[in-house]
Amino acid sequence: MKLTLRVWRQKDTRAPGAMEEYDVDGVSPDMSFLEMLDTLNERLTLEGADPVAFDHDCREGICGACSLVINGDAHGRERTTACQLHMRSFRDGDTIDVEPWRAAAFPVVRDLVVDRSAFDRIIQAGGYVSVPTGAAPEAHATPVPKAAADLAFEHAECIGCGACVAACPNGSAMLFTSAKVNHLNVLPQGAPERETRVLDMVAQMDAEGFGGCTLTGECATACPKGIPLMSITSMNKEWLRANRKVSRN
Amino acid sequence: MALATRPDRRPTVVRTVWDSTLGKKTIMAVSGLVMLSFLVVHMFGNLKIFFGPGTFNGYAHWLRTVGEPFLHYEWALWIIRTGLVVAVIAHAVCAYQLSRRDLRARPVGYAHRKARASYATRTMRWGGVILGLFIVWHLLDLTTLTVNRNAEPGHPYENVVATFHTWYGDVIYIVAMLALGLHIRHGFWSAAQTLGAGSRTRDRVLKATANGLALVLTAGFIAVPVGVMTGIVS
Repeated sequence: MKLTLRVWRQKDTRAPGAMEEYDVDGVSPDMSFLEMLDTLNERLTLEGADPVAFDHDCREGICGACSLVINGDAHGRERTTACQLHMRSFRDGDTIDVEPWRAAAFPVVRDLVVDRSAFDRIIQAGGYVSVPTGAAPEAHATPVPKAAADLAFEHAECIGCGACVAACPNGSAMLFTSAKVNHLNVLPQGAPERETRVLDMVAQMDAEGFGGCTLTGECATACPKGIPLMSITSMNKEWLRANRKVSRN
Repeated sequence: MALATRPDRRPTVVRTVWDSTLGKKTIMAVSGLVMLSFLVVHMFGNLKIFFGPGTFNGYAHWLRTVGEPFLHYEWALWIIRTGLVVAVIAHAVCAYQLSRRDLRARPVGYAHRKARASYATRTMRWGGVILGLFIVWHLLDLTTLTVNRNAEPGHPYENVVATFHTWYGDVIYIVAMLALGLHIRHGFWSAAQTLGAGSRTRDRVLKATANGLALVLTAGFIAVPVGVMTGIVS
């Protein structure tokens, strides 16, 4: 396959960037999108040019490192991560636009790499359960209803890649935050911090400069893990409940 | 002795709500539902026009005497008006602040642009502005009668007929009512989500209700100018 790539190139956070065009030849349909970029980078390195910087790690769709907007879609058109998107999804001769996540809260570090520490700070604000250290507790000490376990697992699938923010026209982090809030809030282990968790995480999300939710649903469409849009509704409910509870104390 | 491990005092609920995007959305949801319920009542009142000037003008007069003798003449009307003004202002201020924030959150757009979201969803902001302007025109036209030529105070039926005898009266009104339908279509469902009332099992019902409300209100309101234009109401 022969492709034309238009890739966002940017030296560092402050430098202005631009889309630059590259022809990539000898692409196999079995390559992943990242392997195709590797091919381009090998050539650029041999030519003495700067390779295209992009985030990647596990390359098996579970780490959440890859962060490419491909032809306007976060992770490309298929419901998966960019590393699991294969070149057979494209046709010979295609022109493909590759851009970084776009959000004020995710500044571009270089080329296609963005700084997603804002997500880490949202997690630090309440995306944990406080447990006493010591010997591992007896596994059956805290019964978890099957329905709660399933719901928690569904939300725990979020890999924190940020595709939701990239896809949202408002650069909102509601789907990410709601996945993390719901994951812990539905479990008995998360109950002691149920109210503070949602209040603190939402406050941190707002402080990071993410936009508000207008329920366009773009986030849930882009999510490689299929976190449902209803996750946001559940978080809204938790947030309102937490405000009522806190005001009573 | 005070506990050293006691967490910091939380901000008050009012502060939390006003400072948060979720809180502002909650204000928008509640004020939106207040306006929506008013519109349902408003539409039923409007439809009385098809039963002649007596019924319609009688209804308009009754509106001013609601609550008597406990409330004075027109007091109930003014209480409702005050509530609506508060709702409109709260809705608009929150929408403005949230929109500003949303635009700041995506300072650089994508080079590869594609159509996103449904038409109703994409037109919420400009649709809202159109509705805001319409409210101003509507009040000047049929409440204060400032822009309504041939209008006489105390004759609502005749004034409605007069306004829909002008082509611009019809156009402004019909365009605004279409914008209203689109606004309600996304707005009602969104309000349910913001207030945490949505769920997977309830989603179809909520979407159907939003579409139903949008359709009924738009049709109900547009029936009046159409009635005047076709001569059913004269």
